[in-house]
Amino acid sequence: MALLEIQDLHVRFATRDGVVHAVDGVSLSVDRGRTLGIVGESGSGKSVTALTVMGLTRLPNATIEGHVLLDGVDLLGLPDDELQKVRGRRVAMIFQDPLSSLHPLYKIGWQLGEAIQAHEHVSDKAARARALAALTEVGIPSPAERLSSYPHELSGGMRQRVMIAMALVLDPEILIADEPTTALDVTVQAQILDLVRALQADHGTAVVLITHDLGVIAETADEVAVMYAGRIAELGPLGAVIDRPEHPYTWGLLQSLPGAETSRSEPLHPIDGAPPSLISVPTGCAFHPRCPYVLPVCPAKQPALLETTAGHTVACHLPTALRREIGAEVRASLETRT
Amino acid sequence: MLRYIVGRILWGAFLLVVVSALTFLIFTVFPSADPAALRAGRQATPELIAQIRHTLGLDRPVYVQYWIFLKGLVLHFDLGYSYQNSVSVKSQIFTRLPVTLSLTAGAFVIWMLAAIPIGVISAIRPRSLLDRATMGAALVAISAPVYFLGLIALFLFSNDIGVVHLLPGAGTYAPISVSPWHWFTSLLMPWCVLAAAFAAFYARMVRGNLIDTLGEDYIRTARAKGLSERRVVMRHGLRAALTPVVTMAGLDIGILLGGAILTETVFNIPGIGRYAYDSIINSDLPAIEGTVLFGAFFIITANIFVDILYAFLDPRVRY
Repeated sequence: MALLEIQDLHVRFATRDGVVHAVDGVSLSVDRGRTLGIVGESGSGKSVTALTVMGLTRLPNATIEGHVLLDGVDLLGLPDDELQKVRGRRVAMIFQDPLSSLHPLYKIGWQLGEAIQAHEHVSDKAARARALAALTEVGIPSPAERLSSYPHELSGGMRQRVMIAMALVLDPEILIADEPTTALDVTVQAQILDLVRALQADHGTAVVLITHDLGVIAETADEVAVMYAGRIAELGPLGAVIDRPEHPYTWGLLQSLPGAETSRSEPLHPIDGAPPSLISVPTGCAFHPRCPYVLPVCPAKQPALLETTAGHTVACHLPTALRREIGAEVRASLETRT
Repeated sequence: MLRYIVGRILWGAFLLVVVSALTFLIFTVFPSADPAALRAGRQATPELIAQIRHTLGLDRPVYVQYWIFLKGLVLHFDLGYSYQNSVSVKSQIFTRLPVTLSLTAGAFVIWMLAAIPIGVISAIRPRSLLDRATMGAALVAISAPVYFLGLIALFLFSNDIGVVHLLPGAGTYAPISVSPWHWFTSLLMPWCVLAAAFAAFYARMVRGNLIDTLGEDYIRTARAKGLSERRVVMRHGLRAALTPVVTMAGLDIGILLGGAILTETVFNIPGIGRYAYDSIINSDLPAIEGTVLFGAFFIITANIFVDILYAFLDPRVRY
């Protein structure tokens, strides 16, 4: 059994406008030292999946079903105070915007120390020493001075390093990174991803990387889950999903990527249409209104997530041979573009 | 920072001069009554009124009167003598200052002690029964004028006219130096009445700010760290939500120190507010000038103080 197993997770929120099916039957797993990339557009349920693992979607209007097994223990069944002990210590999380994710009125040293003292009874002095070590490990220059800095006094990249230091200071087994580079400059993005990779190698942490950017996934993930409308469209090892994509949505994501040599005059190829409202998800395959290859069966029946090659599963009604053929064409067109 | 503070103080001094000039002008253009006639008593002869007018200096041009007043104020910190009883206005105000200070401080403690817990409880359970009940009550408290609430309180609880003889009624104030217990009991009702509207307003403010703050990303981070919900709300949420509340409280204290006119009048408390009310009734220009200037001074000082305080409460603010 893997370190973290999400089994048939459903998350629904009752709102004034109707019930939001944010996550609809998602099963995923990640093991020590591995990186699971979850990719999808806004509203595909990827963040809600991650927040549910942390127990941060336990709201009065939320219905959560399924299992989230951490080392075989179902986190969804834990009472709040037990789950609180898991958060931050065994499963840590970093977020998209490090400026708004750090408390603006407390010094960095205080915020790091608090993360330690939330789970371990150590003196302020010892906590500060560990905070300093953590800042050093994430490569922050003059870390001792930074302990007394406020978040607004740091650059975006440094702030995200602080977030990473805070997440990893207790050496958690799993790090969930929700769009960790989206708010950062491209050059800083690469540094942050390198840092996460290096720390992962040192600590054997399992990483769940959530992003809308397949480029980021291609650089970091071992396994990829492509999510659409709260469901998994395609799931498999990085090589399989990126090199032999079999879902029309994955093709669309790949084609919408700008190539390294794409000239400015050349138009990008976005996927037509917009992601569906999670209150009224299209019938059958949720992607069918936007799918260029739609079959008569697609609006009628939700496709099952079936294995196409070992470890590579796809939820699509298209015949396997046809999917492979189109997938190869998509890849080929990308090759010629770059 | 120092440059900023000096600038603010100079600007404040200028504002005080403007306020004093405006007060003078308003009084001379729209006097509440002729001060000389008031002093002359009934059936005064025109000669007597003219003589009083001359003694008070009211027969001189307005700008000369104002110039004499301003000179006395700036050179000697002298606010002149009351038309009514020829007592120094400055000494009158300073005698009454501890009274107003007592009233303001007590009310402040009560309204904050009520507002923060109510605001927090409502914020963490928005739209709950408790939230709706307290916010409904707050709306009533905000809407009820002090003179109405004050009279109701007196009719219910004062030990002269009250239904339940519980607390000393109007006009029973005694300084703390004379009898701390009597000081406390005589002020308890005014404190609560004055605090009611403020408590309600601040409870709503704490609630609103805290609900906003609890939706911030850094609250999600605090939860993700595995902190207890209590700590998330109190140390992370409330800390940020209270910054604007503290600012507001500073300004309100400044306003109240200038005299809680309605409360002091209803409960007949001899503070600055009561003095201001009496001086207007008596058309007593030096006393009006004195109380208006004092009020303006406290408000301007509170403004400067609060702006400086803000830089300490929020490290992102720099001047």
